[in-house]
Formats: sequence, C-alpha cells, structure tokens
Amino acid sequence: MAIIERPVPATVDAPTSAPVPAGVTPARAYGVLRRPVTTTGWRSWLFTVDHKKIGIMYGVAALAFFVIGGIEALFIRAQLAGPNGTLLSSDLYNQMFTMHATSMVFLFAMPMAAAFGNYFLPLQVGARDVAFPRINAFGFWSFLMGALFVNASWFLGGGAADGGWFMYAPNSSVPFSPSNGIDFWAIGLQITGIASLTGAVNLIVTALNMRTKGMSLMRMPVFTWMVLVIQFLLLFAIPVITVALFLLTFQRTFGATFFSVEAGADPLLWQHLFWIFGHPEVYILVLPSFGIVSEVLPVFSKKPLFGYPFVVFSGAAIGFVGWGVWAHHMFASGIGPVSVAVFSVSTMVIAVPTGVKIVNWTLTMWGGKLTFTTAMLFAMGLVVEFTIGGLSGVTHSVAPSDTQQTDTYYIVAHFHYVLFGGAVLGFFAGFYYWWPKVFGKCLSERLGKWNFWLMIIGMNLTFGPMHIIGLQGQPRRMYIWTRERAGEGFFNLGFWNAVASLGAFVLAAGVLVFIVNIWRTHRHAPPAPLDPWDARTLEWMTTSPPKVHNFDALPDVHALDEFFHRKYEDVGEGDRHDLRKVATAEDILAEQEANADHHIHLPSPSYWPMLVALALPFIGFGVIYYPLIAIVAAGFMLLALFGWALEPSVADESDYDPPADDADPGTDLATIGSAHE
Amino acid sequence: MSDGDTVGENKTPENGAPDQGNTTSDNAGPVTSTIDEIPMGGLPGPGRSGSAAPAEDGAKLTGLPDRPEAEEHPPLTSTTGLSNNKMGMWLFLGSECLLFGGLISTYMLYRGRHSGGLGPDQIYDIPFTSVSSFVLLMSSLTMVLAVSAAQRKDDRNTTVWLVTTALLGATFVGGQAYEFTSFYREGLGYTTSLFSSSFYTLTGFHGVHVSLGIVMLLALAMMLRSERVSGDRAETVELIGLYWHFVDIVWIVIFTLVYLIPA
Repeated sequence: MAIIERPVPATVDAPTSAPVPAGVTPARAYGVLRRPVTTTGWRSWLFTVDHKKIGIMYGVAALAFFVIGGIEALFIRAQLAGPNGTLLSSDLYNQMFTMHATSMVFLFAMPMAAAFGNYFLPLQVGARDVAFPRINAFGFWSFLMGALFVNASWFLGGGAADGGWFMYAPNSSVPFSPSNGIDFWAIGLQITGIASLTGAVNLIVTALNMRTKGMSLMRMPVFTWMVLVIQFLLLFAIPVITVALFLLTFQRTFGATFFSVEAGADPLLWQHLFWIFGHPEVYILVLPSFGIVSEVLPVFSKKPLFGYPFVVFSGAAIGFVGWGVWAHHMFASGIGPVSVAVFSVSTMVIAVPTGVKIVNWTLTMWGGKLTFTTAMLFAMGLVVEFTIGGLSGVTHSVAPSDTQQTDTYYIVAHFHYVLFGGAVLGFFAGFYYWWPKVFGKCLSERLGKWNFWLMIIGMNLTFGPMHIIGLQGQPRRMYIWTRERAGEGFFNLGFWNAVASLGAFVLAAGVLVFIVNIWRTHRHAPPAPLDPWDARTLEWMTTSPPKVHNFDALPDVHALDEFFHRKYEDVGEGDRHDLRKVATAEDILAEQEANADHHIHLPSPSYWPMLVALALPFIGFGVIYYPLIAIVAAGFMLLALFGWALEPSVADESDYDPPADDADPGTDLATIGSAHE
Repeated sequence: MSDGDTVGENKTPENGAPDQGNTTSDNAGPVTSTIDEIPMGGLPGPGRSGSAAPAEDGAKLTGLPDRPEAEEHPPLTSTTGLSNNKMGMWLFLGSECLLFGGLISTYMLYRGRHSGGLGPDQIYDIPFTSVSSFVLLMSSLTMVLAVSAAQRKDDRNTTVWLVTTALLGATFVGGQAYEFTSFYREGLGYTTSLFSSSFYTLTGFHGVHVSLGIVMLLALAMMLRSERVSGDRAETVELIGLYWHFVDIVWIVIFTLVYLIPA
C-alpha cells in the first residue's frame, strides 16, 4: 500500500497529550523486523492492509479452491458415470465428496463473498478503507492458513475428512473415522471461522460507521446491504459452529464424551448445533450474489432497481427468518411431530421474502432497455436457476415429501441449483461486471458468452438429472450404483447418471474458458473505459483500478444511485421521465480530482497480522500431534499480538529508508496500476 | 428514499443501529462530547453526521481539538457517533454470547447424565464457589474505578485499579484451578461422564476468557506506564472494561444455572 502522504511525526503521529521524545520511533523500538513500507512487489501484497489488495487476494485464493473443489467434483462424477465405478475406493470417495463440499462452501463461496465485500463495500459507502485494516489482513491470512490446514490432511492426516460436510456425530468419532482427517477438518474450519468472525465485525463497523456524508442506510447500494446482512449472520452463526467444532475436537482428541451414545449422549446435539449454524450459512452463501445481481440488473436494464426498500428488507427478513428453519434439515432425524410442523411452516415462510426478490428482479428488467452483456446473462441465469432451486426447496418444506427425499440425489439437485445457480452464477456476474473496475480491463465478451453458455448448459445437464435419479431413489454419498438396480425405461439411473457426468465436464469446460479469458484479458485487452457499463453506484466514481485512497474527495451523496444521478438529469414532466446526460464519468472524476482532499492518511502495511495468523495452524498441529508445538506456537502468537498492539497504525518517518522524495499522487497511482498486473 | 435531497441533514433517524448504539448511551457520552469540540468543517447543522474519514484503526477519534492543523483535516467523526473500536467490541461480545449460549446449552442438556456416578449434587462446593464468584464480581467494581480514573486522565490510579482487577481475576482463576483439582481428586475426570465433560468445558472456556482478560489488563497497565497506548487511552481502558464486565456477566449466568439450580 502506498503512503499518500508521509506523516510528519511531531504533528501527526504523536498524540499531543503524550510527548514522545523525538528520535524514538515506536515501530523500531519494539519490532524485531523493520516495518514494511514498500508499495510494489510481493512485499506490498504480503504485508498490505489495503482492503482492495486483501479483496483481490481473497478472490484469488477462493478461485484456486473453486478449481480444487471442482476437480474433486469431477472425480465424483467420473466415479458415478457408469455402474460399479472403479476410479475411487469407497474410502477415497467419502473423502472426495466431503472435501468437495468443504472446499466449495468454506473455502470458495465464503471467501469469495469476503472478496467482493472487502473490495466493494468500502467503495460503495464512500470510505477510504475498512474500519480495522490490520484485522482485515489478519482475517485473510487466517482464512488462508485454515484452508491450507484443512487440505494438508490429504498428505499429513492419513486421508482427508470423510464424514460429509456436516460431519454428523457420532459418525465422526474416532472409531468410525480413525484417520486424522476430521481433526484437520475441525481445527482448520475453526481457523477459517476466526477469519469470518473478524471480517464480520470489520465490515459491519465499516458499513454502519464509515459512510460518507449523505450516505444514509437507505441510500446504500443493495450489494452493501446484503453484505451487511450476511456479516450479522456470520457474527452470530460462527460462534455456534465454533462450539460444535470444539466439542468434536475435544471428543476426538481428549476423549470427551459429548457424542458417545454408549455413555448416554444425545445424537441430535451435533445436528442441532451444526444446523443452527448451517442454515444461516446457506444464506451467507447466497445473499452476496443476490446483492451482486441487484447491482447488475438495473445497470443493464437502464432502470432503477424495482422496489429498492423491498429488496433490502426482504434480504433482512431472510436474515432473520433464516435462524428459525434449521431443523428442516432434520425431518428424518426423529425430532417429533410438533417440531416438524413448526419448521415446515417456517420454511415455507422464508420462501416469501426470497420470492419477493425474484419478483423485484423480474420487474426491474420489465420494460427496461436490456443489454445482454455477459454479466447480465449471468444475472438473468441466477434469476432463472435459483427459482428452480427455490421451487424444489419448497417441496422439501412439505415434511412428508421431504421424508421421501431425504438423503437422495433430489436433495443434491436442490442445493446445487440454489448454490451453483444462486451463489456461483452471481459471483460470475460480479466478475464480468466489476473486472474493469478492479483491474482496469474488461474481460472478453466473446469468451464470456462461451463461458456463460457452457456453464448454464453444463449445470443443467449435471444437476437437472439429479432430480430424476433422486426421485428414483438413488441415495447420495453412495460410491457406486449397480446396473441391476438402475431400473429401465426413460427414468433409468444409468442414462441419467451418464448425462450428469457429461454435464459436469461441460461445466468444467466453462470454468476453463473463464480462466483462459482472465489470461487473455490481462495479456491483450486494452484499458477499459472509465465507466464501461453506464453504472450507478459510488465505486465507479473513481479511477479503474481505484486509487489507493479510493476517492480524492469523499463524495457527498444526495440520492440512491448517486453516480447515475450525477450523470443524468430528469427533464421529463409529471410522471414522464426523460433522462438527459449532463456529465460523463470523466467529468465527475475530474471535478473530484480538482477538489482533492489534502493530507489523506492511510494505515501503513504491517507484518504482524500475518505472523499472528501464521501461528494458528501450528497450534492445530500441536493439538493433533504433540502439545509442545501448540504451546510454543501460542507463545509466539502472544508475542506477535504484543508487537501488533505496540505498533502504531501509521508508519513512522524513520521507517522509510532511504527517504524517498515525495511522490505526487499521479506517479503514485501509476505504480499501483501496474502492480495489479 | 431514492430521491431525498437532504444533504448534510442529521441522519440519525436512519442510521439507527439501535442494537449497538443505544445500549451504550452511558458509554457514548465522552466520545460524542469530544467530537462536539472538533470544528465541524462547515457542516450545516449540529448533527453528528459527517464525512467518515478513515479513522486509522479507529483509534484516533478523540483528543484532537488542540492540534494546530486541525482545520486542515476533515473532522474524524463516525457516522453513528460511536467509535469504531467500541462498536467493534460490542459486536464481538454479541458473538461471544452465542459461544457461551452453545456451551451452556450443551451443559444443560448433559448435567443430569452421569450414570449414577458423581453428579452436580454430590460434587459442588457452593460456599467456596460463592466466595470466588463474589471476588470476580468485585473485580467489575475495580474495573469501573479504573475506567473512571482513566476518564479523569489519572494514570496512576488507572494502573492501580487495573492491576487490582487483574489480581481479583487471578484469584478467581486460582479458585477455579483449586476446584478442578479437588473435583479430579474426588474422581471426576474430564472423560468420566457427559456431565463432567460438559462441566469442565463450559467452566474451562470461561476460565480461559478470564485468563485472557487478565493478560489484557496487565498488558494495558504496562503500556499505560510506558506511554505506549496509541489513540484514546480512556477508551482503550473502557474497551477492556467492556470485555471484563461481559465475562463477569457470563459467570453470573453460569453460576446460577450450573451451581445454584439443583439438578
């Protein structure tokens, strides 16, 4: 991260009430290493506290795990393509589907939401960074450490976790899964949970407390709103899974008895704890994409979002009601008729606000001037595919029907339609929409269309037939199926399993096209125009990629869709709206640059967040292998925390060596822009 | 809402956040009053709205008025008037409620399941735990005194009360260690029964929270002595205080549910 203006120690850094003797530089007096202050090269990424760089790193890591999780899915589909699959052993198959779900849920979808949230939430509310930049960096590094820790189990744990992503106890106890896979899984997710929790606190405070002048809550873009809602969900859901994971770890490692049914344990305890987390988690996965789509659809329909308050409040309603539906995952667990009835009804209720959103998106497009860019296609794809998933979801809320569907491929079809059709398509809409903002280059639309159609066809080929094979009775998590029991006629399992497997590879080809698109764009594409989509929200009121301090002058917000209203004037009379363009994005940016704030201070890079996060997996190794490692790592972490606490958030003048001459913002920006390449 | 041209009007009706903001009205006092002293940079109206400049780690919100270059800087206020740090701490504590909620639920589910072995009725020494609970509650009082001294900028007394709080907390943790040891000697191991596992886990988690609080208190006391607390010192003391009171309140719940209600 660049320092826009070097703080002058005597006037800026030292509190006036506490005279610090000149010459004593706090950072170096206590730090072991020199404070990192470079603005280019790998160090500028490793030690950054810039929300934009952290967002990009979240995105890159999440995409990597998307690919890994996708490869795991391909193994699963290859195994099930024909009868009596021999590619994977039953044991390896269990690990494969567990890790596929873990990668996709915890290591792809959640961090990808964090990537978008980190990058765009501060920009959309008109802030220069998040509320706690160093905690933000710590969050990313602990996510990465946790993710690597979970995946280390393939090599170090004697096999990865194999209990399904919900890891039902007592099935996840040592006798049923003697390898260390589940230990790695539980502790690794514990570490990524720290990332989610710190991220939640950070983004909530940013959204509530760091809005620019005039940015009232009801002028916040819907994406920011949805991110805010999911941060509250994370804030209260993560501690519950934390408890569950601790209990599981203590059970497996220290011989506690929480899930020992022979000692009288309640086998539903884990299920309740997990799903109290797990159902809000579903909305945590899908709401960011709802937010992205709510940004993309109005832009490419040339209309404001239909019923903005309804979209906002239905998102909040989903957040609330999402806490009251968890036991619909347990209809077959024997929770009693009253519970089943209550959770059936509440599950039907939560379909209402979701339906409200679908209606609002549809009416946003209704009568609009639609432009079918790739981003728009993905957004429309979400509306369609998520609706299909939502409808099959409503069939689950009917408990007698759900009892038939439990643990069949019908469930698999449902949640892939809502998670792939919801979360993933939304993320891709976001990629194509915001790529020029983040990297200054538009992704190729031609390859984008290929990407879109391959993915849409692929997902429907993959997950559509699962409705059929599920209703035909094929259970999920079975590593083979046999020809004798495949049935005959149109609905025979053999044909539809083959179709699903074919679809999975079409889908993978779509993702491959996306990766090629990224590569080609960054090699060949010309710089994108400042406002390629005629966008509506604040993040487009700065350069692409944004300046390190986001805005030269923090904008005054007068309306929802502020940027749009600055570009267009309504000259229609009465109910007629005739929009006349009064300014271009370049004009608006030029005006902002002319009125630039002087003395913008940004927090300086720091290596402490990374060091603290680095200790976490070693504590995990210690718990699994040898306690002394954990004690040493915890001691190291405590020291690093002290280093962090004693380090001022802004680097001292003497941290720079040699003293570089003051670069003006123009040259500064040039280096930032090239650093993204 | 989309077309309201209300620039610079007081936004407080909308920026609600009543869940966090109003619960701390007593604590928010000093912050807002300090903000009022800051030149508002030509903002119309006396509202607390203002440009949300980056509060560097949120720490430099107060103590600014007498700076010579104050008029060059936009006022460092937050949208809600509550400082970032304090709002962050409240959110974290909200999250902690669910952590202890899960642990307490587990204990309540399992407290009767000890297969006829040692159960809550045989093992608890209520008078002893009452005394150590009293010690912990008194530490909340000394914590309040520390915060009060910090707000008077009385560094010496702040340090004294912080250390006193830490000592009282340490007494409580010591009592817990003694209690665990004596239970263990009586035959209640961690793996003995569902009751024992959930009891040790719940109270152990609370003990770890108190211990981390002690570390924070002592670190803060040392940093205060060596003038190394950046930002608003009174608020830093107050933040640790919030955490400490939270841990105390959790103990009130645990003591009632675990020890006082007969199994």
